[in-house]
Amino acid sequence: MTALRWAVADGWQVTRRDLLHWARQPAPVIVGLLFPVLLVLMFGYLFGGAMVVPGGGDYKEFLLPGMFAMTMAFGLEATMIAVSTDVQRGVTDRFRSMPMAPSAVVVGRCGADLLNSAAALAVMLGCGLLVGWQAHGGSGATLAAIGLLLWLRFALLWLGIYLGLAVRNPEAVAAVQILIWPVGFLANTFVAPETMPGWLGTVAEWNPLSSTVAATRELFGNPGWGGESWVAQHATLMAVAWPLAIVSVFFPLSVRCYQKLSR
Amino acid sequence: MIITEGLRKRFGERTALDGVDLDVAAGTVCGLLGPNGTGKTTAVRILTTLLRADGGRAEVAGFDVAREPGEVRRSIGLVGQHAAVDEALSAHQNLELFGRLYHLGKAMARARARELLDRFALADTGSKAVKQFSGGMRRRLDLAASLILAPRVLFLDEPTTGLDPRGRNEVWAAVRALVADGTTVLLTTQYLEEADQLADRISVLDHGRVIAEGTPAALKSDLGGDRLDVVLHDAADLDRAAAVLARVAGAAAETDPDARRISAPVRDRVSSLADAARALRDAELSIADVALRRPTLDEVFLHLTGPDTKKVPA
Repeated sequence: MTALRWAVADGWQVTRRDLLHWARQPAPVIVGLLFPVLLVLMFGYLFGGAMVVPGGGDYKEFLLPGMFAMTMAFGLEATMIAVSTDVQRGVTDRFRSMPMAPSAVVVGRCGADLLNSAAALAVMLGCGLLVGWQAHGGSGATLAAIGLLLWLRFALLWLGIYLGLAVRNPEAVAAVQILIWPVGFLANTFVAPETMPGWLGTVAEWNPLSSTVAATRELFGNPGWGGESWVAQHATLMAVAWPLAIVSVFFPLSVRCYQKLSR
Repeated sequence: MIITEGLRKRFGERTALDGVDLDVAAGTVCGLLGPNGTGKTTAVRILTTLLRADGGRAEVAGFDVAREPGEVRRSIGLVGQHAAVDEALSAHQNLELFGRLYHLGKAMARARARELLDRFALADTGSKAVKQFSGGMRRRLDLAASLILAPRVLFLDEPTTGLDPRGRNEVWAAVRALVADGTTVLLTTQYLEEADQLADRISVLDHGRVIAEGTPAALKSDLGGDRLDVVLHDAADLDRAAAVLARVAGAAAETDPDARRISAPVRDRVSSLADAARALRDAELSIADVALRRPTLDEVFLHLTGPDTKKVPA
């Protein structure tokens, strides 16, 4: 019981360290929060006029759930950078040589990144409301949608921790920063997969991001693209299952990588 | 306080430690001396529970590092290449964070942070981020962070690498003060002078093995202590001068034709300098420079691992 109490207390201290970083260096945090807002303005107003929502409807209503999910996906970089920097600078070793709960290093990272993403999501919801997006479902459905978005972020956390521990190289982070774009675009985020060439549309439909986006569109009561395929028909199920699959692969891999530090 | 028996570690094909035995008595400073890649850091990482050994046994403060890592972590502090502080936070924020992670309460963690900042002359850094600190200040903060629980055993992994002479002196002074308080210290270094300044006993590591062990004085007298360097104007005089110097020193002299230099170990600093100068003048050799110096780590290694330089017998 005391072990669990210390695991929580130590995890919180490591989370608090990130909160102190934000307080000391607010600029990068604010830029990080505002970047998706910029994308909303760009796609909503710059390209939005040329976009046609399948089955009719307002493009901004279609776009915003996609942007919410993109914002969650952007968090991947932040996790990876934080993890690999700590390993490189020796901060992780300092923690590992101390009599604190060993789990605190990752628990603290999870806490900090989920808080950061929750803040980013709050900013995006506010931004959505300002540009005319609305949640038409009930409050329960709205909360469920927010839950699914954070669930995706939680899954990507473990991918980020794994990548940060596995590559331990800031230059590799740049590669992830670039790769996140095709993954983000090769989905139903900005356009309907039907408008893509057949095989590409299938890939986009099976993109885990697409399931979360489609499920949140449903829950928010925003226009979506129906989609005939099985994966499109079972968006909510897949929005739960995909992150679960990601966690069940990358959680054990992260644990193994963390243990490998002592090999 | 630190005991290792036959400690072994391999990284793939490379053997980092090949059966290392150490025995460091409580309240003493042990210097682990060797060039890069000889296994010094690997040994420290095993002793501080960061790395698992492949074979052998290690005990720190009476606890087995493999079986009782938690107890070991409560008894040690680690400073150096591989232990760091948070660059974005202030010195006080760092110490408070680590204090809380050492399970001191909030008030205790703050009080301890202030105490350590005073002790290491960092109190006036205020809210300045650590990344703006000088190398010496950073290393002092590293040291302070590892002393939050007043550890019985302190590990210093190349604590002065990359520091300017002033920063180095600051770190040395801090280590001496700790040792005076009874802390046991294991220090790794590439510098003979550093081991000489701080260590009670030195273990010299080479290719993952301890190739020599003893007090700095004993190791140096094995080497013939200080060395006398003579630089000539004319390289043609080298052999004749080497013979003269070898006679005065009572030991073999090494010659370096490119630098027109002869070097020999001497026991009595001042009188050998005077004797050598007189003998060389009597032999009518033209001398560019004469100097006394400490043996370098390279020379310790050449001596211990079998020299292959040209020697002129005494």
